[in-house]
Amino acid sequence: MSTKFTDRFAGLAMWLDRRLHLVKLWETTAGHPIPKSSASWFYTFGSMTLVCFVIQIVTGIALALFYTPSAAEAYHTLEFLNFVQPLGWFLRGLHYWGSNCMVIIMALHMTQVFLWGAFKYPRELTWMSGVVLLFLTLGMSFSGQVLRFDADSYWGIGIGAAILGRIPFIGAQLVDLLLGAPFIGTDALSRFFALHVFVLPGAILALLAMHLRLVLGKGINEYPKPGVQVHPKTYDAAYQEIIRKEGIPFVPHGVNKDVVANGILLVLMVLLTVFLGPKGPGIPGDPTQVISEAKPDYPFLWLLSAAALLPNGSEIMLFMVFPLIATIILFALPFFAGAGEKSWQRRPLAVIAVAVIYLTIGMLTYAGITGPWSPHMEAWTSVHSRPEFIKGRPPLELQGALVLQNKQCRNCHAIGGEGGHRGPDLSTVGTRMTAPQLVRQVLQGGGNMPAYGKNLSPEETRAVVAYLVSLRPPNTAPAREAVGPLEPQKEPAKGPAQADSASSPTMQSLARTDGH
Amino acid sequence: MSSDESHQAPLSPEAKNYSTRRDFLLKIGVGINAIATLMIGIPIIGFVCSTLIKKTSRKWVSLGPVTKFTEGSTRLVAYQTPYGRSADGPTKTLTCWVRRMPGDKFRIFAANCTHLGCPVRWFEESQLFLCPCHGGAFYADGEHAAGPPPRALYEYEYKVEKGELMIRGGVLPNLANPGGPV
Repeated sequence: MSTKFTDRFAGLAMWLDRRLHLVKLWETTAGHPIPKSSASWFYTFGSMTLVCFVIQIVTGIALALFYTPSAAEAYHTLEFLNFVQPLGWFLRGLHYWGSNCMVIIMALHMTQVFLWGAFKYPRELTWMSGVVLLFLTLGMSFSGQVLRFDADSYWGIGIGAAILGRIPFIGAQLVDLLLGAPFIGTDALSRFFALHVFVLPGAILALLAMHLRLVLGKGINEYPKPGVQVHPKTYDAAYQEIIRKEGIPFVPHGVNKDVVANGILLVLMVLLTVFLGPKGPGIPGDPTQVISEAKPDYPFLWLLSAAALLPNGSEIMLFMVFPLIATIILFALPFFAGAGEKSWQRRPLAVIAVAVIYLTIGMLTYAGITGPWSPHMEAWTSVHSRPEFIKGRPPLELQGALVLQNKQCRNCHAIGGEGGHRGPDLSTVGTRMTAPQLVRQVLQGGGNMPAYGKNLSPEETRAVVAYLVSLRPPNTAPAREAVGPLEPQKEPAKGPAQADSASSPTMQSLARTDGH
Repeated sequence: MSSDESHQAPLSPEAKNYSTRRDFLLKIGVGINAIATLMIGIPIIGFVCSTLIKKTSRKWVSLGPVTKFTEGSTRLVAYQTPYGRSADGPTKTLTCWVRRMPGDKFRIFAANCTHLGCPVRWFEESQLFLCPCHGGAFYADGEHAAGPPPRALYEYEYKVEKGELMIRGGVLPNLANPGGPV
């Protein structure tokens, strides 16, 4: 009876396969042959990115059941998800950490593909579709954080509008298209919603289909051996030979490390969600609360830092010329480096490029987290003065300390490390600048400092400068003016040592004055 | 398909006839679809880009009686944008910095920094507008004082009518359109 049942079952399976061609489909997809050497830990980032994307789709659809894309409601739906809807916090957290993981792992995937030479002949289009997928994913990350619609999102849209407004000729039209209204309101939010939920995921699915078809069509990159060159004329035959000799089906024999890596990734996402929770929402996106710093999420912090640290007026370079050049280089890469050595061990320039890019983005991200260029807006009322900067000073200097505090100098200047870091720390300013230099700097401003000439009475100026001159470590002399005009050094005549000791600290202080 | 057939043995007059009729039908079909694409596509593009096409006239909006403002002082004023609707919720209430000069003269500044649009804050004691994002600073008259902003604060047009201070506000100014996108 059981044999009869099995026969029937087998018969049904055969019947289905004759119609659906499942075996053939399997052989050309999941079961496609890969070089045995490619079943490596380094080759797991692609499938991990895909798993992140699947998590984003599932959690995204679930969140869409509750989210209302309206400026009047969006913020409240997030609070509802966080605090009222059962497991709303979990879904939000998983979506947030899934997004960060996707961006990071995609970057690792790209780095690995670059260093292992997988972008070279004949996989140029795989690389190029991957580049587009990277841009689309960054678009998802940015549009997603706007949907949070807290103060960071609200002013973030403002930053987007300000950047578009800098584009020559079509800036005004682009701002109109971004906002959909003359101000930042529900129309702008709806635009980001449509992008995040329909346009970008649709584009990702289409590009992903192309990406995976190319992966299957051209095969997984063999693990590169140093010294083995890629020649477009002979590569295809050589790859077929590798597959013939040491090919294994991806499922079940090449997939083991992917399965382990993805399992760890999923557990990590859950742990991040459970222990760190979802991000925000922060304070509401309310234009009457003019207190926001508008910090973007991690994947974009480095751009914010670059905008703050580059010289004034280089925004067009940063937001338009640099992305254009970067895009052109990424697309052109497989064409100017499409042959030759694949292994990173024989491509020092590639390794240096990766190191430089990672260091740059890493350091800019760190700078973005600390944000030393932002004035500390509450410093003048909330940061105290330590005793050593007050004690034992005469009344004029104490009055100066009060002026310094009341005129909000500390929003930009720290004393003893406390206060803003926009301008130089003033703890030892008395050793660097003389009283006349300080008067000039305070009244006329200069560099990155506003002029206070109109806002300080002569008495206040005298007091604050007296206090600043007193800001020196114990037993140090105040800065001195250069003895005479700075002249080219003459023959070592009488008393060169004396001249040196007199002029060098003040020359240094002059240089620093200009740097303020 | 039809070109393949034409390379084969000469067709009978009927078949030839059929082929040209089929070509003709195909051409008609492509033509109808092209027209339909325009009929559908143009309205869709027009819908999506409607903000570029429709030109709203600039509206005056009241900030309240002029007596509310003291001479020589600067204060934040919240007002409703005339371009909002109910779905805009709290974003309908916009702000600007109003500085009253001697007499009925005013300077009305947008709250958005001219660098990247972050909200600037007025500090009465130091007579400065400071931006929290990248440390842009502006003097009391809106002029650039320090930091990366490329120009002075954006200003709104104003008039005093029947004791009310009116501005042409409710819009987000930007470098391409310092008066706002309307």
